Amino acid sequence: MFLQLVLEELGHQVANLGPCVPDSLLISECLRLRPTLVVVSTVNGHGFFDGMRLISRLRARDELAATAVVIGGKLGIAGPGGEWSRRQLLAAGFDAVYEDGAASMVAFRSYVGRLTASVNG
Amino acid sequence: MSGGADTADSFGGFVACAHRAGRLVVQPRMGMSRPRDMRAGLLATKRANATTAGTITVDSYTRMGDHSAARAAVAARASLNGYPIVTYDRGVTRAVLDGVAEAGFPVQVRHGSPCPEAIFAALIDAGLHATEGGPVSYCLPYSRAPLADSVRNWTRACQLLARLRDKGLEPHLESFGGCMMGQLCPPGLLIALSVLECMFFRQHGIRSVSLSYAQQTSADQDAEAVLALRRLAAEWLPDVDSHVVIYAYMGVYPRTPDGALSLLAEAARLAVRTGASRLIVKTVSEAHRIPSVADNVLALETAAAVAAAERRAPAPGPVPDTGIYAEARALMHAVLDLGEDIGRGLRQAFQRGYLDIPYCLHPDNARKARSYVDEAGRLQWASTGAMPLHGVVQPAGGAELTASGLLAALSYVERKYDGASIKAGAVRQLPAADGGTDAAGELKGAM
Repeated sequence: MFLQLVLEELGHQVANLGPCVPDSLLISECLRLRPTLVVVSTVNGHGFFDGMRLISRLRARDELAATAVVIGGKLGIAGPGGEWSRRQLLAAGFDAVYEDGAASMVAFRSYVGRLTASVNG
Repeated sequence: MSGGADTADSFGGFVACAHRAGRLVVQPRMGMSRPRDMRAGLLATKRANATTAGTITVDSYTRMGDHSAARAAVAARASLNGYPIVTYDRGVTRAVLDGVAEAGFPVQVRHGSPCPEAIFAALIDAGLHATEGGPVSYCLPYSRAPLADSVRNWTRACQLLARLRDKGLEPHLESFGGCMMGQLCPPGLLIALSVLECMFFRQHGIRSVSLSYAQQTSADQDAEAVLALRRLAAEWLPDVDSHVVIYAYMGVYPRTPDGALSLLAEAARLAVRTGASRLIVKTVSEAHRIPSVADNVLALETAAAVAAAERRAPAPGPVPDTGIYAEARALMHAVLDLGEDIGRGLRQAFQRGYLDIPYCLHPDNARKARSYVDEAGRLQWASTGAMPLHGVVQPAGGAELTASGLLAALSYVERKYDGASIKAGAVRQLPAADGGTDAAGELKGAM
């Protein structure tokens, strides 16, 4: 909800799929809506495993191979998982990874700004 | 609170005994994927210097009914965020509980599932008989399951649990209704849902229940709400064993250790002042990660010590009535007037917007209601949508919701307690506590 408002205030249209979105629903909605950016927000501590599974299924679709997809929140059960899990998620196909914290929100807004500029330009 | 099931080896009986003896039962949230770790966590809870109940929190794959994902994670020795009670065979769970769960240390299974039958079957198989949730409170905030499915699933699950009564046991079910969304749901709606879900449990054979209420943004408003909850329970659930369980604040939690502990202490004082019997604690690491066993023991012992001190303190003055009881009663009547079947009443009430949870995106929620935190720190309605509250509540209406406005409301409690902690640190001229320096005004990545 908070991220939806942030993105709307940055001038974007948002389709919020709500909590606990199954991979298949996210992929079908992406194929239907063809978004500029997919934001995956996770707090239950399974974000790393679920994120790895989701991104491989999503990137397997040709239509979504180049869509910008980012993930953020609490990714592991032991607090910020650090560089290793971030690299794994990036290598698996995410365009950016934001661990819970203040700096992440600033980085996220700046990423959205750059993405918008590149789309509009 | 009221009589009925009072056998010592029932969860409700244990809590009633402690309440009569003037002790607050304190309980953690705790779930580990490995049986050995789960057993160690339960033992540490049992040995804490407090009157405790144990918890097995189920992992979120099991919660959503994705048992194959839970099995795969166990096979790969991956760490889950809880104990996969359906995946392990009952011998494993019985071994976890052997010599741990007993009359003086009941264990409750906590899960968050809109489809809880397999979890109920597994906990019964393992010899347990206390759990929690509800057809609304475990559907709307945390799942995509249609409310109608959740009501059907919960009906069957209650009936399954209630059959333990034929064996001379007294199964216990707690409503999570007083914790909807964790934060920003005004108290009148929280307590109405708590009572309605317990009435649903009773309709399906359960005779020992607890009514939850999660600490919100104002101590005075919370006290009024819990007293109203007890009054409604006495009126609507006079013939079953029942008690009130308080949850330490469930929203964005203070990041400083001092802030986190003083918010927990406030919850313990609320429980004692209002005659609640049990408290679910939060820990100093809440804002950062899933808490360790040591974090939980510290929280349990802190809460127990604060509760004992509060009992010795002078009794608080009367709590003014600002209308929470009337609001809750109006919402309850809107559901009960729809017919005898409470499950169907709840479904129709959400369909028509008679019940409407602010900031809940579930498709079966009307999504017209909005709330805010006023200048005095009390949770208020900005808009009540189609809820039948004309003449009972005067919604403020007004400004459009913005990201910064929502963030300010979401982080109101965190800023208040972290701010006080940092200020106190500065006055004492002590170095800032861990995380203290970056706490003020920090943006949260999730919600």
